[in-house]
Amino acid sequence: MNEKIEKLINDKGLRLDGRKPEELRPIKIEVGVLSNADGSAYIQQGKNKILAAVYGPKELHPKHLALPDRTVLRCRYHMAPFSVQERKSPAPSRREIELSKVIREALEPSLFLEYYPRTAIDIFIEVLQADGGTRCASITAASLALADAGIPMRDLVAACAAGKVDDTIVVDLMDAEDKKGTADVPVALMPNFNAITLLQMDGDLTMKEFEKAFNMALEGCRKIYTLQKEALKAKYLNVKEVEE
Amino acid sequence: MPTFFERRQLVTPGDLIAEGQYLPGENTYKEDDKIYASRIGLVEYEDKKVNVVALRAFYIPRVGDTVIGTVIDVGFNGWTVDINSPYLASLKASDVLGRPFKPQKNDLSKFLDVGDLLIAKITSYDRAHNPQLTVSEPGLGKITRGQVMKITPTKIPRVIGRKGSMITMIKQETNCHIILGQNGVILITGKKLEDEELAMMAIYKIEEESHTVGLTDRITKMIRDEKAKRKEGNKSE
Amino acid sequence: MSSIIVRVKQKQISQLVSKGKRLDGRGLTDYREIKIEQGVVEKAEGSARVLLGKTEVMAGVKLEIGQPFSDTPNEGVLTVNAELVPLASPTFEPGPPDENSIELARVVDRGIRESKAIELEKLCIEPGKKVFVVFVDIYVLNHDGNLIDASALAATAALLNTKMFNYEIEDGEVKIKPGFSPLPIRKHPVAITFAKINNTLIVDPWLEEEQTMDARLTITVDDEGKICAMQKGGSGYFTPKQVLEAAKIAKEKAEEIRKKLNW
Repeated sequence: MNEKIEKLINDKGLRLDGRKPEELRPIKIEVGVLSNADGSAYIQQGKNKILAAVYGPKELHPKHLALPDRTVLRCRYHMAPFSVQERKSPAPSRREIELSKVIREALEPSLFLEYYPRTAIDIFIEVLQADGGTRCASITAASLALADAGIPMRDLVAACAAGKVDDTIVVDLMDAEDKKGTADVPVALMPNFNAITLLQMDGDLTMKEFEKAFNMALEGCRKIYTLQKEALKAKYLNVKEVEE
Repeated sequence: MPTFFERRQLVTPGDLIAEGQYLPGENTYKEDDKIYASRIGLVEYEDKKVNVVALRAFYIPRVGDTVIGTVIDVGFNGWTVDINSPYLASLKASDVLGRPFKPQKNDLSKFLDVGDLLIAKITSYDRAHNPQLTVSEPGLGKITRGQVMKITPTKIPRVIGRKGSMITMIKQETNCHIILGQNGVILITGKKLEDEELAMMAIYKIEEESHTVGLTDRITKMIRDEKAKRKEGNKSE
Repeated sequence: MSSIIVRVKQKQISQLVSKGKRLDGRGLTDYREIKIEQGVVEKAEGSARVLLGKTEVMAGVKLEIGQPFSDTPNEGVLTVNAELVPLASPTFEPGPPDENSIELARVVDRGIRESKAIELEKLCIEPGKKVFVVFVDIYVLNHDGNLIDASALAATAALLNTKMFNYEIEDGEVKIKPGFSPLPIRKHPVAITFAKINNTLIVDPWLEEEQTMDARLTITVDDEGKICAMQKGGSGYFTPKQVLEAAKIAKEKAEEIRKKLNW
């Protein structure tokens, strides 16, 4: 086979889109984008385009699923059929079911679920275009949608991946790096508490490489956290303007 | 005992507001001796208590609150009412009929049917039980006319204003009767539709600019300007 | 996967862990006894039964000839599936795989796939057209905690036990010849699962420890001590320090287990 092997890192140490190893892709976040949802957010990270919506807390139906001492948190991560090169079947895949679970578990530590017994909170995530790192961008957006819904939270959850491409540890992998790279470490963080709420890894890393990638991902989370707060506050900027 | 934000400053969930001998108030929580924000909102200090006036929140029932709700179901011995909250409320048939009733004889939908609006008071509610309503007090019961609007429940106090200054002003200027449900639902009844629209416009503006200073004056001016504009319009026709 | 645990016991487990002890007498980083039996199902190309304490998992390997993925035309295909069989626990329900069984299968899959345990390039029959498809089916028979580690052991043990039929190609058709050769295996990934209880890490949690834990972290390590897969689970969190500590312990534990099993 004459498969063309592209270099993912050039001689100057730059990546396919010209980024340095520790550089994030351009990120645009908007809060409160859907009028029907109780809370919502939209994120563009590189070519990723993701919408997150939150409904609730609300009465849970069927009622026997309700818990007497806490809210039931439900999460659906879903990719649109047109979000990837080859059409994806709209039926939930095993990957989507797993990601729905780990995303829910990444957001759960940030919520006071014991506040509203017998209710449910639904998080819906739709990946409109996928470009690598969708689970992290989804968590970043979903956390803002929860804040936008007025749900009490300990902290926002910010997420970012790091990985290895061409023997270089890089942050925020895009699609080509994700596919051809040799390792991927997605991490979610509640920065105020230094609490890691999502950690996955696949690939092949020595202990040293892992530590480097892990720290790089944490640093990425902290940068994204700043952007999250700006986006959340931007919705209420008019409050300040009038005050002056 | 430092504080990290000034009064009326905007905070987001997780922001560290104060450290030391402070007490966590509304929309905050305490861990060790640190007080953090749990919702987006504006910081308020009340002696040792740290509050966040939430910009986004939903209505959690409290006994004694007046609420405006919609009947969504008619059952065997009462109604289920949506009160714009995570919890549905129920209203017992006996409360409306004022006497015991017989499910075989009394058709409850004759008294209140699905889609009907009502003003009610919350008589009981706790973590294990959904709120119970009553309509057997003066001023409560089925709503037959007027306009209903919804705003973020946390902004109801701002619509009332200091010692009721804001709501009194809107009532006077628009000639409307206004009932504020603590659940964020508002009923406006006026003689003319235009009056009701004017009152709604004013309330939406309050919601949008709820945490700004000099709001009462600005809203008064807005209503008066609008009234003047309408007079002009009528003359030229 | 949780059922209700008596609160008193939860408290007991939690208090013990903070003193460095466990209810069943183990140290914080001790595994339960591991017993492996291979070749337990003759009709399968490979099989193994693993006992991790009272947790019991079986894995069966079936080989079929199928098509390769378009992006890897020269490689065989690996498919891992897990069934939480209702007879294994009162909390397992019959029906299509739920999120727990899917997560279990995918974590085991990642360990085998990312460590390149199977020499998939040797499973190519005709590039782009015909390859061996390796089906690993994990069958949980008794749930007493730490299904991930037990399942990963069962899967690797079953793969090591797998025989491939010999074949030759005649007129573009695959013809089966007598005799077998072993499935080419180059790595032995071992999954090490941690539970965080009372802000302390323990390895190989049994059921009641799982019902007490805040969060779970699995780290899969290959023969060279490299990390090939990780998965955090549960509604709690870890600190960065705990993650790095876990990675270190996982490396040691994986080596220890591999030595014990002669892998």
